[in-house]
Amino acid sequence: MTGAGSRPAAAPLGRMLLVQTRSEMRMRWRIPAFSVTIVALPVLFFTFFGLPYVRQTLPNGINLGAYLLASFAAYSVGSVMVFGFGIGVATERGLKVDVLMRATPLPPLIAILAKVLNALAYALLSLVVLIPYGIVVGGIRQDLLVWLDMIVRLLAGSVPFIALGFAIGYTCGPNVAPAAANLVYLPLSFASGLFMPLSQLPGFVQGVAPYLPAYHYGQLAWSAVGAATERMPVALLWLAAYTILFLAIAFRAYRREESRKFG
Amino acid sequence: MLGPNGAGKTTSISLMLGLRQPTAGQVRLFGLPPTDRRARSRCGVMLQESGTTSVLTVREIVDVFRAYYPAPLPAERAIEMAGLTDRAEARIGTLSGGQRQRLYFALAICGDPDILFLDEPTVGMDVEARRAFVSSIQTLASSGKTIVFTSHYLREAEELARRIVVIDHGTVIADASPQELKARVPGKKITLVAARPFGGGELDGLPASVINLAGERASLLSNEPAVVLRELFRRGIDVVDLEVTGADLEEAFLALTRRPEPRA
Repeated sequence: MTGAGSRPAAAPLGRMLLVQTRSEMRMRWRIPAFSVTIVALPVLFFTFFGLPYVRQTLPNGINLGAYLLASFAAYSVGSVMVFGFGIGVATERGLKVDVLMRATPLPPLIAILAKVLNALAYALLSLVVLIPYGIVVGGIRQDLLVWLDMIVRLLAGSVPFIALGFAIGYTCGPNVAPAAANLVYLPLSFASGLFMPLSQLPGFVQGVAPYLPAYHYGQLAWSAVGAATERMPVALLWLAAYTILFLAIAFRAYRREESRKFG
Repeated sequence: MLGPNGAGKTTSISLMLGLRQPTAGQVRLFGLPPTDRRARSRCGVMLQESGTTSVLTVREIVDVFRAYYPAPLPAERAIEMAGLTDRAEARIGTLSGGQRQRLYFALAICGDPDILFLDEPTVGMDVEARRAFVSSIQTLASSGKTIVFTSHYLREAEELARRIVVIDHGTVIADASPQELKARVPGKKITLVAARPFGGGELDGLPASVINLAGERASLLSNEPAVVLRELFRRGIDVVDLEVTGADLEEAFLALTRRPEPRA
């Protein structure tokens, strides 16, 4: 521990984060089943459920095309988080990657942060494909700043879906997680009015929607195009509450496994 | 650290690494809690039952692990010491079981740790991988690294270790150099077939431990085979076949860790 030649006690965290994030991105990129679907599905959904209505106008005077593009942008970011973390965490648990990682000097927080950065990058990628697609193919016109504002809101507000991903990833095994993520996220998106405006959904769905996280997340996107139906602080409060709920579920499952595996 | 399956070897390693919490007492590594990043930065670890992603290449994952440590070895060196140079660009998913084990060894040493914890490192290795592994271990040990490894092969421990701690059912039952340990375990195995099945009691009180008894066949371990045989003949046991061989070290070791069978 003396002398000028002694090595530092630990590796720099910044470089660890950089290398870890890069390897996370590389791993995701090499699983086309993930990277392709994450980008292609929202475009596909928008083509079926959005494009036919781009010329219509909502009762409040908002262009339905812009509203639906915002909806699918929200769906898209949420899906990157729920599927990326849900399936990713479950798969790593299945491969017991976590067992070895726990014994390395890599702080768990850095590992999680790298996953979050990786997911944000993929979410951004999906938006950078989806939004121009809507603009070019659907002829949806909004100020560039509107889209940038929406992107920032959606990325910043995606935390509850990261938490939902963790909850699925820690409660489900690697074979169950993909199904669980679909079974949770698709109905959730539908019932929250992300696939079609709430006003066109059955009455009981309209009654349920205001209690769902994706409904409040959708508000972040809709507010960017001036179509929000609730005030932002209310939406953020709901999202925060859901984040806590999902993290609690994830943490409980994590602790249960922990005590089983490491006693 | 030597012991049969279920002896508590993995549990001990997990405690030393801070992966489990001791119910009593405390663990310190370099004077630090084992979970401290400064302590972890000086440890290399190879665990049983751990995995890694399959989509990265050997070199890529070694580079990722190197970033966790303050003064890592060059990636080439770590890969070479693990005997994986010709598979460096291969995806991990394409490695055989033995190669995978070598990869875990590369990941354990790539941080140039002061202490290596290897839990059953040679399980799944083929003869060649094992030879490369043994020579790497000897190189590391001679450069002043501390290497803690578990095994249930006495032969392996004898070949590689300076100190052997034998544990069974979570208790240390021997802590000695390989030479001392060898002197303590019985060196000869006596296998005999009697004319009549053993009824029980005929083999009591001998300077030997009975490791197998089935019908008229019996196997015993002893350091004084001549005394044992003289006593057997004196007791009038009608021996029809007899063999005295150098004890298989595994069996000798089992005799050492054997506990009385629980009575039902």
